[in-house]
Amino acid sequence: MVESEVMVQAAGLAQSPFRLIHTPLSANGASRMVRVLDEEGVEVAPPPDLGDEDLISLYEWMVRLRVFDTRMLSLQRQGRLGFFVPSSGEEAAQIGTAYALRPEDWVFPAYREQGVALHRGFPLEGILCQLLGNSHDYMKGRQMPDHFGSPKYRFAVASSPVGTQIPHAVGAAWSARLRREASVATVYFGDGATSTGDFHAGMNFAAVQQLPVVFYCKNNGWAISLPCAKQYRCESLADRAIGYGMPGVRVDGNDVLAVYSAAQEALEWARSGSGPVFVEMVTQRMGPHSTADDPTRYRAAELLEPWKKKDPITRFRRYLESMGIWSAAEEERAHAEMDARITEALEWAEQLPPPDTSSMFEDVYAEVPWHLDEQRRELQGGE
Amino acid sequence: MAVMNMVQALNLALREEMRRDDRIVVIGEDVGRLGGVFRVTEGLQQEYGEERVVDTPLNEIGIVGAAIGMAMTGTRPCVEIQFADFIYPAFDQIVNELAKIRYRSGGQFSAPCVIRTPYGGGVRGGHYHSQSPEAYFVHTAGLKVVVPSTPADAKGLLKAAIRQDDPVIFLEPKRLYRSAKDEVPEDPEFVVPLEVARMAREGSDVTVLAYGAMVPLCLEAAKVVAQGGTELEVIDIRTLWPLDIDAVLGSVKKTGRVVIVHEAPRACGYGAELAAQIAERAIDSLQAPIVRVTGPDTPFPYALEPQYLPDVDKIVRGVERVLKY
Repeated sequence: MVESEVMVQAAGLAQSPFRLIHTPLSANGASRMVRVLDEEGVEVAPPPDLGDEDLISLYEWMVRLRVFDTRMLSLQRQGRLGFFVPSSGEEAAQIGTAYALRPEDWVFPAYREQGVALHRGFPLEGILCQLLGNSHDYMKGRQMPDHFGSPKYRFAVASSPVGTQIPHAVGAAWSARLRREASVATVYFGDGATSTGDFHAGMNFAAVQQLPVVFYCKNNGWAISLPCAKQYRCESLADRAIGYGMPGVRVDGNDVLAVYSAAQEALEWARSGSGPVFVEMVTQRMGPHSTADDPTRYRAAELLEPWKKKDPITRFRRYLESMGIWSAAEEERAHAEMDARITEALEWAEQLPPPDTSSMFEDVYAEVPWHLDEQRRELQGGE
Repeated sequence: MAVMNMVQALNLALREEMRRDDRIVVIGEDVGRLGGVFRVTEGLQQEYGEERVVDTPLNEIGIVGAAIGMAMTGTRPCVEIQFADFIYPAFDQIVNELAKIRYRSGGQFSAPCVIRTPYGGGVRGGHYHSQSPEAYFVHTAGLKVVVPSTPADAKGLLKAAIRQDDPVIFLEPKRLYRSAKDEVPEDPEFVVPLEVARMAREGSDVTVLAYGAMVPLCLEAAKVVAQGGTELEVIDIRTLWPLDIDAVLGSVKKTGRVVIVHEAPRACGYGAELAAQIAERAIDSLQAPIVRVTGPDTPFPYALEPQYLPDVDKIVRGVERVLKY
């Protein structure tokens, strides 16, 4: 048997008529999943160089995100929020990557990156006002919940169309290089986005130009109702990186230490001028796509069972407990603190009025042109 | 002043602006080494280097998408889309992202980016090298749409577009690229303000509203009808959106008769908006129904291009219709 046939078989393509088929990355072991902790929270590989304070901080951020998620979901169910995009199960992917960022780096998020935003310094109050679409929302109530951002935190505004932010990150990296800034543009998207033309354009442009971009693909198994098996045929999305001529790495997205290690390495690689990197974080969307979705129509409940055992928070807590740096009392405190912060911020935010009607006509252009001024007066009952 | 064609005038505008502001970059297909398929960017890469004049892979989503990211973070990209007919892959990036980033971020982000693209027929380019897609972009809140018709305006309007902070679709009438020659100011501070129409010819009998490659045809038609004693007033709209409504209404109120000329198909074309604006604001001044001389509502045909496009005869017939009413 010639070597190419071995590779074909290794990739499960024994029926392939091709003899010179391109070596699948998986045959080279590149699809191996990077993992630091097993599902019991036991080290299986050397952990990143982080002190106890950092380990605790990583954990506390994941808890904050989980508490936030639970509260927002319940607010939506009570009719106090119009819509919400939950991210339960993706805490390690969000916090592990956010933790590795520097202030000068850029984040181009999808709409499921609330944890990254909070860690980036985006005020909780700012996020709540955006979710409520009130007069204190930086976005001035112009977008659905979870589509927020601000240049102040180098956190771009999420879009609903999937993947459009990918080439934007490439452009931001281009700006940084033109100005000789050592900043990296990171971009978050899901498995669904990897089918778009924007993904291809962004990956290819970044690779050709060798730009400092880190592509964070949160492979949570689903593009709304479409499972991965119906989205792509390659074994791992990280395999795609090789086709673009950039390194790709696949990490256990529910292992915050693995995610942090990969993110750290990817950012260093990009920052040093070596070009872009693709990081696939394998995780599971534990909740619905959004509060408008009903996953019971397409996802059997049993499918989630193995993922419950991989919960990123439980797993990391076991690790911290085994090190003797986390206790039940601290667990309770972490939950209660975030819960209280949210309650306090909500009390304030829910009292705020909606945006002023005339604001509808602002920011279409740098200055309000005559036709918008006319339409504003018309709406307000003037001439 | 120097006599230049439109390609040379645009090239000079880019050259001067890149010298003035080192945040400006030019990106697109074949814009660097080749200098663009129409040579508008010729010599820029030699002068400003491969970092600021970038040949990109063939993907309009990537070109416009990357330009948005650049513009959001302090670079001032001037994009070339090789033909307006090829702009559609980037439609989502233009309509949903470029045009909306200021609005949807509550004014926190902006995307000062000029997208230059050759448009229109008259070069035997068939369906994929002749279209006039301006109406899609006029309809898109957040964009400015600019179309020059002379080399001097091409230079001055492009510079004005580059210097302001909103995204601009800058449509270049490719049939005029080399055929239009004109005195062009060489002063690097010469700019032509956006949102101001140009009185291309004064007249008292009929207002003709046109832009781009239709303007010289309207001026030709004016000469023809002047022999019979009819004086056309030709308004070159220049910035299609936001519209210089005062220039349009001023002329309409003077003449009471309107002919609108564009290459694009008629239904929901830019002329429909002009006609509606006039009907809403100056119908009492009209002495005849508005006439539109446009491309028909068909795809752009190759062999029958001369029949498809507005020409001097068709414009003259349009003028006769508003006069005979």
